[in-house]
Amino acid sequence: MTADEPMAKLSPAELIALTPDVFTAPFWDAARDHRLVVPRCTACATYRFPPSAFCFVCRSQAVEWVEQPGRGVLYSYTVAWHPLLPEVHDAVPYVPAVVELPDTGGVRLIANLVEVRPSEVRIGMDLELVWRDVHPDVTVATFRPAAR
Amino acid sequence: MGMQDAAAVVGVGATRYYKRGQSLPQTPLELAGTAMLAALADAGLTVDDVDGLALYSMGLGGDTSLFAQVMGIPEVRFTATLTGGGGGSAGSVGLAAAAIHAGMATTVVSLMTLQQAASRFGTSYAPRGRPGAQYSAPPSPEKDFTSPSGLMGPGQMFAVLAMRHMHEYGTRREHFAEVAISTRANAIRRETSLMTAPLTLDDYFNARMIAEPLCLYDFCLECDGAVAVVTTSLERARDLRHPPVRIRASAHGGHGRWGQAITWMNMPDEYFASSGHRPVAQRLWAMAGMTAADVDVALLYDHFSPMVILQLEDYGFCPIGEGGPFVADGNIRHGTGTVPVNTHGGNLSEAYIIGMTHVKEAVEQLRGTAVNQVDGAEVALVTGGPASIPTSALLLTR
Repeated sequence: MTADEPMAKLSPAELIALTPDVFTAPFWDAARDHRLVVPRCTACATYRFPPSAFCFVCRSQAVEWVEQPGRGVLYSYTVAWHPLLPEVHDAVPYVPAVVELPDTGGVRLIANLVEVRPSEVRIGMDLELVWRDVHPDVTVATFRPAAR
Repeated sequence: MGMQDAAAVVGVGATRYYKRGQSLPQTPLELAGTAMLAALADAGLTVDDVDGLALYSMGLGGDTSLFAQVMGIPEVRFTATLTGGGGGSAGSVGLAAAAIHAGMATTVVSLMTLQQAASRFGTSYAPRGRPGAQYSAPPSPEKDFTSPSGLMGPGQMFAVLAMRHMHEYGTRREHFAEVAISTRANAIRRETSLMTAPLTLDDYFNARMIAEPLCLYDFCLECDGAVAVVTTSLERARDLRHPPVRIRASAHGGHGRWGQAITWMNMPDEYFASSGHRPVAQRLWAMAGMTAADVDVALLYDHFSPMVILQLEDYGFCPIGEGGPFVADGNIRHGTGTVPVNTHGGNLSEAYIIGMTHVKEAVEQLRGTAVNQVDGAEVALVTGGPASIPTSALLLTR
């Protein structure tokens, strides 16, 4: 880390819009209430993500939405230094991360890391959820290093 | 009975390769037609011989109907496209062989046309499409789980796989650099190459970081151009201009739970840090009755340098996790390595036509006419892009 290394930024709000369907809407509805929920098959107890029409193990369509405690472990990530669109020109560096949720059989969310400098990011680090209200109708998950 | 040695590649042809946008005012269909005519001339055939098109992704720069109409193909008897994107490049030639083996067509053209003037592959997963953006994934319920993070380009997404590989196996940026540098060394001897200056380790480490751990030189080029490949039965091939290049085996597909791969990131941990090719490789070797040890030259789809290393592992050139040290030991160098890789300069340094230049180079290697000829090359492996399924592979023999 250098003294002037910037903190990781956020992907711009103006680029975030959702197009949920009947299977994913419960996730986004809960997110708006700052609840992280993941669908679990009621027939065979397999978590699946993203939410989808069938269980990939037993093909049942029945699910229950299981609320998660908001902890995660960093599975992998990248640091975006080069802005691919003009809209992200002032947003770099930002850190798109793949975050594994404990006790879900390996469900992974893709989310920005925040409150961290890029050089401090380590695969395997413990993370905690920080909700980000993007628009009145859209809330997305971000993660920061867990408090020790 | 399988399709082993039922068909052969008899012609390859290409347009010039251009930096992105510089092929204008030519149209995509014009580029496609130019490449097909060149490949047919190489075979000693004409459009009157063509009765099939075996494609992948957006190969023709248009639809078969318009292409056949404009080019005057007498009768189309087979036209099919492998689903997916660049993963199907090598497999499209396997599709041609399958059609010929099945008796559905006699002379089949596989083709890729790329013109990135209006939109760039590099932002193909950006949250919003642009006017004229041909290469842009539309919004979807699945994409909602990716795009809020700002992941919007294949390079950023493959960077996530590369980072995991580094974590699991100790792979280093020096290893990625060796892929970029060795590929460039091959490119600079070819007049078709867009990149002609030598690349040093200092150049590599001084280059700007795009998406960690990938810097500028880990990315393929942005190009326009077209490449065509003509396949016919082995029997017919014996009467044509060049010695036949036999299609020994081809496979495509992948684990269902590899799925959309880089855009969903929930692939099983067991093969997350892979190229997605492992099951395709196993079927290819079984069909061919060969292994990686039989391969004289490997043309591995190199959109991003780490994915060459992951394919070397998945095809069994080295054990899983040892691809980094394997390239660092000089194994992929032309002239001295145990398995020269991308002797044409690849997507990284010659031109990026979504993998079809790799097929062209394999054919030239087996004819013995390659610029960077591998002495006595008899077996060439060609792979399609590590990508969402299908990935694909083609094994050619002299």
